[in-house]
Amino acid sequence: MEKLIFQGRGGAAAPSLSLARRRRVAWLKGDRLVAVLMLLPSIVAVSVFIYGFIVWTGYVSTVKWNTVVEDYSPVGLKNWIDLLKMERFHWDMRNLLFYAAGFMSQCIVVGFFIAFLLDQRIKGEAIFRTIVVFPFAVSGVVTGVAWRWLMQPTTGINLLLRNLGIADTMFAWNADTKLGIFAISIAAAWQFTGYVMSLYLAGLRGISEEVREAALVDGAGTWALYRHIIIPLLMPVTFTAIVLTGMGSIRTFDLVVILQGPAFSTDTLAFHMYQATFGLYRFSLGATIGFFMILLSALLVGPYLRSMGGALEQ
Amino acid sequence: MTLQRRLSRAPIYLALVAFSVFYLLPFYVMIITGLKPYQDLNVTRMWELPNGIHLEGLAEGWRWVAPNFRNSAMITIPAALLSSVLGSMNGYIFAKWRFPKSDLIFVLFLVGMFLPYQGILIPLVRTLQVVHLYGSPIGLILVHCIFGIPITALLFRGYYIGIPNELVDASKIDGCGFFSIYRRILLPISMPAFGVVLLWQFTSIWNDYLIGLVVLSNPRLAPINVAVQNIAGSWSVEWNVQMSAALIAAAPTIIVYLALGKLFMRGLLAGALKG
Repeated sequence: MEKLIFQGRGGAAAPSLSLARRRRVAWLKGDRLVAVLMLLPSIVAVSVFIYGFIVWTGYVSTVKWNTVVEDYSPVGLKNWIDLLKMERFHWDMRNLLFYAAGFMSQCIVVGFFIAFLLDQRIKGEAIFRTIVVFPFAVSGVVTGVAWRWLMQPTTGINLLLRNLGIADTMFAWNADTKLGIFAISIAAAWQFTGYVMSLYLAGLRGISEEVREAALVDGAGTWALYRHIIIPLLMPVTFTAIVLTGMGSIRTFDLVVILQGPAFSTDTLAFHMYQATFGLYRFSLGATIGFFMILLSALLVGPYLRSMGGALEQ
Repeated sequence: MTLQRRLSRAPIYLALVAFSVFYLLPFYVMIITGLKPYQDLNVTRMWELPNGIHLEGLAEGWRWVAPNFRNSAMITIPAALLSSVLGSMNGYIFAKWRFPKSDLIFVLFLVGMFLPYQGILIPLVRTLQVVHLYGSPIGLILVHCIFGIPITALLFRGYYIGIPNELVDASKIDGCGFFSIYRRILLPISMPAFGVVLLWQFTSIWNDYLIGLVVLSNPRLAPINVAVQNIAGSWSVEWNVQMSAALIAAAPTIIVYLALGKLFMRGLLAGALKG
């Protein structure tokens, strides 16, 4: 083949072609080659365990494997249509919406507010900061166990509210058929707000004193300073926080396993996927839900990674 | 500071104290409930301190989860160490041995950090079954190492990027190769990065529930968070025992957080991909 090209182009083309090829492989020798070889196992692992498995899951979502017996006979989009019609899936979507609204707003609003407070030259800042981030050090399971006790209607939060004379209620919290999923988002936000707070605090610390002083000299009050200068400057942090809390909303699992309410009132995609697959052995249904979760996250993370990639170019 | 100035700052402190109470409340409840004997578990006196320290609940909780605590240690420590070493090597390559498309590969790695694991669980289980690592601690260690590749590469790359290229170039001229540059220049000053990454990996692997549940569900071999969830799921186990088990499960990560909070915070910030 190569010979044919040489002949076709005439003898003069031959050296330049081989030079180009030599230049193309030139980077891949010596220590460069060692570097690539050292990275290779990770490249293979990521290709198989992440990208390969995503494709595999997508494939399983188009076959008939809905019993213990592995069955790869194609059924097209049947699993997808079945899923879209499923009442439980409608609950999952409703709950995702409610949970995301509750979880994201609590983490971002409260996280920012605490960061704002801590940025006011506070004595004992380290102690407050440690306390707020503290829950992030424990697992979702531990969080769930503690909050399940706190959310018992006859005791816990309700008892505290009664003793403090704030409210006399038997609200069932996570077991409430309508608002249960919101209650779970409170426990989740309890755990995650510290993370968002520390992102905002780092962001606030990154805004120079001159910017603030200049605004104050111009006669801006504290409110205007935050409204028109600081909050817009912190948009990248908010963007990060939205992606992280949004991802957390899509994959929430541990907490709903422990704090689950009646029927599907607190069901989530992640829990549905787990039960469909490992409880009912409906692998294709599970794969469909799993792949759907990947698609949802891609919508959220895509723009984020693109901006990351852009930052790397610099 | 004048009295007036101080008074005007009181609401800030008040708000911070209120938030602190909120974030500590569940820990308070876990501790006091765990320290109460069974007969003192009364729903109307849930918020009251125990009358003295009773360790029965804690002892009973430990009896329930002690094997799983050991399992978790045997999984988490090697997995955290291995994935840190791997991450250090990958970060070194991504930072100092860039080759065509290496930045693209790096971004493709990062996708793994945002993956909802439900999207890959079925192939994961099938693959582990085929290679006979399903239901084995070794399999779980392997899985944690692989899923740790993105975050560890990110953290180490970020650290090594900050080390001047001139240092690396100079040692290349001195005849140092790939490994000797790593060993003589990067590794000796990598300890802070290792601290952050080890801590991050230790915390997230110890606190994992989903992967442990799926890969290692055998109650005897399961990691601690799976065991604690099993106890919490059965209504026959008393609250003081449940709380004790949860405290035992939380203790290692709480201790490292309190001891190494600074490193923990650094990991938090770096983990959020801030540039």
